[in-house]
Formats: sequence, C-alpha cells, structure tokens
Amino acid sequence: MTDFLYFWNHFAFILLMVGGLFIIITSQNYIKKIVGLAIFQTSVFVFFVSLAKIIDGTAPILMKVEAIYSNPLPHVLILTAIVVGVATSALGLALVLQIYKNYNTIEEKEIEAEELMSER
Amino acid sequence: MNFLIDDAPALVVILPLIVSAIIAFIPSSRWPWIISMITLIGHLFISFELLFMVKKTGVILYEFGNWQPPWGIAFKIDGVNIGLQIIFSIFVLITTFYSRKIFLSEIHPDDTGKTYSLWLLAIGSLNGIILTNDIFNLFVFLEISALSSISLIALGAGMNRRALLAAFNYLIIGAIGATFYVIGVGFAYSMTGTLNMSDLVVQLSQYSSGQLAIFAGMSFMLIGLMVKSAVFPLHLWLPAAYSYAPSAVSTLFAALATKAILYFFVRLIYEVFRIYDHYLVIFLDYVLMPLAITAIFVGTVIAIYQEDIKKLLAFSSIAQIGYITLAFSLNEQSGITAGFIHIFNHALIKGGLFMAIGYFAIVSQDRVTLSSISGYGQKYPITSFALLICGVSLIGIPLTNGFVSKLYLFQALYFNQMFITIALVAISSALSVIYFWKIIERLWFSTTTVKVAPEDPAIYIPLWIIAISIIVFGIFSAPIIELATMASSDLFGAISN
Repeated sequence: MTDFLYFWNHFAFILLMVGGLFIIITSQNYIKKIVGLAIFQTSVFVFFVSLAKIIDGTAPILMKVEAIYSNPLPHVLILTAIVVGVATSALGLALVLQIYKNYNTIEEKEIEAEELMSER
Repeated sequence: MNFLIDDAPALVVILPLIVSAIIAFIPSSRWPWIISMITLIGHLFISFELLFMVKKTGVILYEFGNWQPPWGIAFKIDGVNIGLQIIFSIFVLITTFYSRKIFLSEIHPDDTGKTYSLWLLAIGSLNGIILTNDIFNLFVFLEISALSSISLIALGAGMNRRALLAAFNYLIIGAIGATFYVIGVGFAYSMTGTLNMSDLVVQLSQYSSGQLAIFAGMSFMLIGLMVKSAVFPLHLWLPAAYSYAPSAVSTLFAALATKAILYFFVRLIYEVFRIYDHYLVIFLDYVLMPLAITAIFVGTVIAIYQEDIKKLLAFSSIAQIGYITLAFSLNEQSGITAGFIHIFNHALIKGGLFMAIGYFAIVSQDRVTLSSISGYGQKYPITSFALLICGVSLIGIPLTNGFVSKLYLFQALYFNQMFITIALVAISSALSVIYFWKIIERLWFSTTTVKVAPEDPAIYIPLWIIAISIIVFGIFSAPIIELATMASSDLFGAISN
C-alpha cells in the first residue's frame, strides 16, 4: 500500500494510458479516436514531468541562494512532445473533416458498410 | 566554403527541411519540382562527401551548437549508416525525377507545389532518422516523417477516397507506436539520465545484471519501432497506406521509409542493448524470429490472393520485411550483413515495381488490377520489361540482385545451422513465384492483341536506371556487399573489442 502511495504518479500515468488506448480501440467515432489518442499522449507527458520532480524542488532559475531545483530536461522534452501531439491531433481532425466531406459520416461501421456496398 | 565540409552531416538533413519551407510559398508550377531536384542533387553530393570522410576517419561525430554529446544533440555517421545514406540519397533523386508526371496526373494541379514541400519534409526527416545518435531526437524525426507521410498518403484521395481512411489509420496506429517509443525513452532516461546513444551504452553498463525498469523501457522502445517499421503482426496500417497513396509516394515509402526505421531498430538492439545478452536472446529467438518467419508466409500467401496489384506489392513488402528481420534476428555478423544487403536490394526492387505499376495507374486512370493489365506487355513493352526484371529479382533468380540477397541470407542461416528455416525460406520464395507469375501471365499471355502505345520517357528513364542497376548489382555485387559488410562489422566489431 505504501508503494502505491509513493508511486501514485506512475499509477495515474498507467490509468490515463490504458484509458486512452481503450478509447482508441473501442470507439467507432473518428473524433472520439482522436480524443483517445490525445489522452494517451497526455499520459506520457504526465509520466515525463513527474520523473523530473524533486521533493521541495523549485523551478530551475539562477538565484542568489542555492536551491534544490527540478530537472528541467524532461520538461523541455515534453514541450517538444506537446507540439508533436498538437500537430498529430490537428492533422487527424483535418483528415476527419475530409472523410466527412467524402462519406457524409465519421462512424467507422457506416463507412465500412458503405465501402462494402461500393465493392459489389 | 569551409562550412560545406565541417557542417556536412547537419546540412544533409537541414537542406531538404529548409527548402521544404521555402517551396511551400511558391505557387504551383514546374518550379517546386526543379528546386527539389537541385536540392537533392546537392544532397547527393554531400552524401558522397560524407562517404569519403567516413572512409578516411572511420566515424564522424557532429555536435549541434558545439554542445558536448551527453548534453547536446549529436549526429553520428559511421560504417553502419553511411551505406544506407548513399542508397537513400541516390534513390530519392531518382524517385523525385519520376514523381513529376505522377503528381501532375494523380493530384489536383493546384496542389503539386505544396506536395513537393511535404515531399522534401519527409525526405529530410527520414534522413534524420538515419543519422541521429540521440534517442529523443529520433522520436521528433519519426513524428515529422509520419505526419508528412500521412499528408502525402491522404493526397491519394483525388484518385480514390479510401486514401483518407488509410491515412487516418496510419495516423492512429503510427501515433500509438511513436508514443510507445517515447514511454521507453522515459524509462531509459529515468534509469540513466542520458539520451545520447553512445553515452547510454556507457551508463547502462552500471546495471549489467539488468533492471526491470530498463527491460520495460527496452520493450516499449522496440515494440514502438516495430509498429513503425511494419513488422508482422503490427503491419496493419501498411497495405492500405501503400496501395491508396499516389504512386510516387508509395515508391518512396516502400523503398525507404520502413527501411530507415528498421536500420535504427537493429542499431538499438545491437549497439545499445547489447549488454543484456540474456534478455536479447529471448527477444530475438522467441519473438522476432517466429514473427519474421510468420510474416514471410502470411505476406506471401495474402499477396497471392490479391486482385489489386498495388495491394499485392504491399503484402509482398510485408514478407520482404520478414526476410530482413529474420536476418537481423540471427544475433550474428553474417546475419546482419545479409539483412543490410537485403535492405539495399529490396529498396531497388520494390521501388522499381511500384514505379512501373504507377505508370500503368496513370495511363489507365484507374486502380491497377490483374484483369485491367491484360495485354499491357504488348502495349507498353518498355515499362513492362523493366517490371519483369524487377519481379524476377524479387523472386531471386540468378544474375539479379535479389539472388545476391537470398544467397547471403541462406549462407547466414546455414552458418547458424538453421536448416528448417532454410527450407521455409526456400518454400516461401517458391510461393512468391505464384503471385508474380499472375502478373506476367496477364501482361504477356493474354489473348487480346493491342497496338504498341507511345511511352513517356520521364517515367521509363528512372525505371530503367533502377532495372539496369538491379542487373548490374546482381552481377557485380561488390559495392553493395562492401557497404553491408562495413555496416555489420562496425555494429559488431565495436562491441566485441
């Protein structure tokens, strides 16, 4: 139990990650898939940022008094990863818009049914 | 002009990326294509310059902004990646020359300018994957290449709206794969505090008995890369993406995109995770090798039942990726050599096949199916004959480069006493004759008689350059073997010393 409390941030990360993956796999709606993907990616951001945290650490700014500071590198990495995540979501939503224009629906089942119809 | 030599490793990646940003502002005309061609000729020159530098000094370490490696991002060019860099550079130039006519006919004319912007973005980022020595930097290049590839695949919607679904599936599956990779990077960073691959090797040696966190990180990274390089059974995005993309895009990706990631995959296994031999043996023998053999069979058998030829080639690509991963899973130098030889040769073969089919797609303005190409052998003899050479090489007939890679694969398997696997590979090669024969039969042995139609030199010149090099490298295979041996001995020699 103490392990759980000590590593609660890791459990939060796993919960978010599995939740995001579950949404991607189970939902039929393309927008919901993108939402799931965003949650899945956010879980990794939480994981990286919590890696950098040092108890009582402050922001890594040069000060007159010496202070304990959190590791800034994972923050910077995640800044990059956030940009990548935003770009992925944006491109995904643009694709969904085009899919809607072409098929008049964004439900996976309906699109599959339509494709089966057109094959015959 | 000193910076051309000092900063060559950075230039080779940055040049396409910068030009890509410039092209985005040029209105659609023939200029974006001309500028791309000039850029890629420069790219080729710098690649050869790098080859000479590597031959002279052995290894080039390029530190961005002069930040020393564990802190800054570094590029590393040595025997392992220089061969792939040269093949990449040459092939990209040929494909770009070929792409003009394809894009004009398959994509809305107003979009062709911006297409070259995405095209160069994909080339620059794939080149970054080949050269980088930093595991997080790889993720960034992986995502840039994924996003630009997805946009390029979606451009196929002008011909068939299913391209949009293929692009969307690739986006979701690819993003999951890349995120898995980043989780692995997080684990590795939390245990070692470094992202530089050379430094990672040093830092990991303090956990020589192994730590669960590192094994978890390793598994996440390897699985993420397996999704990206379409190793069976994580290949589900590939067939649709290759078959509905514009033909020039399929050519580029089938030849190079998965190969660049496979290169990094093998480098990660044998350079960084080498010290966990007991874990690695389990991964290679019980995960990668069975998957590779299954991929060879599943890919070949599904390809036999395909009616759509681009889909047929995509499934055959999955089988070929199986051959490459089978060679890499041998955990032994001759296997790595065979894997690299097949990476180089398969890039030529599959590139040539997609080029020829791409031409049939633009002349018929429809999907190329087995029934639609009947009589094309008489109608378009120049293209069809090049297609025949590429296909014969895919099967592995002597005097083609496909034979050389099969020979080295058999040698490596024989060296490791894996006789059952040799038999399996031989059977699968025989099976691949079936699907290729179907194409040949339709091309030449159909009863319909047709007149010879004029063919487009802009298509058949690049195609014949590939077809001739297939024959040349089948007879004088020394350059390819030399590059592959350099790769495997650098990858293995450094560790055994």
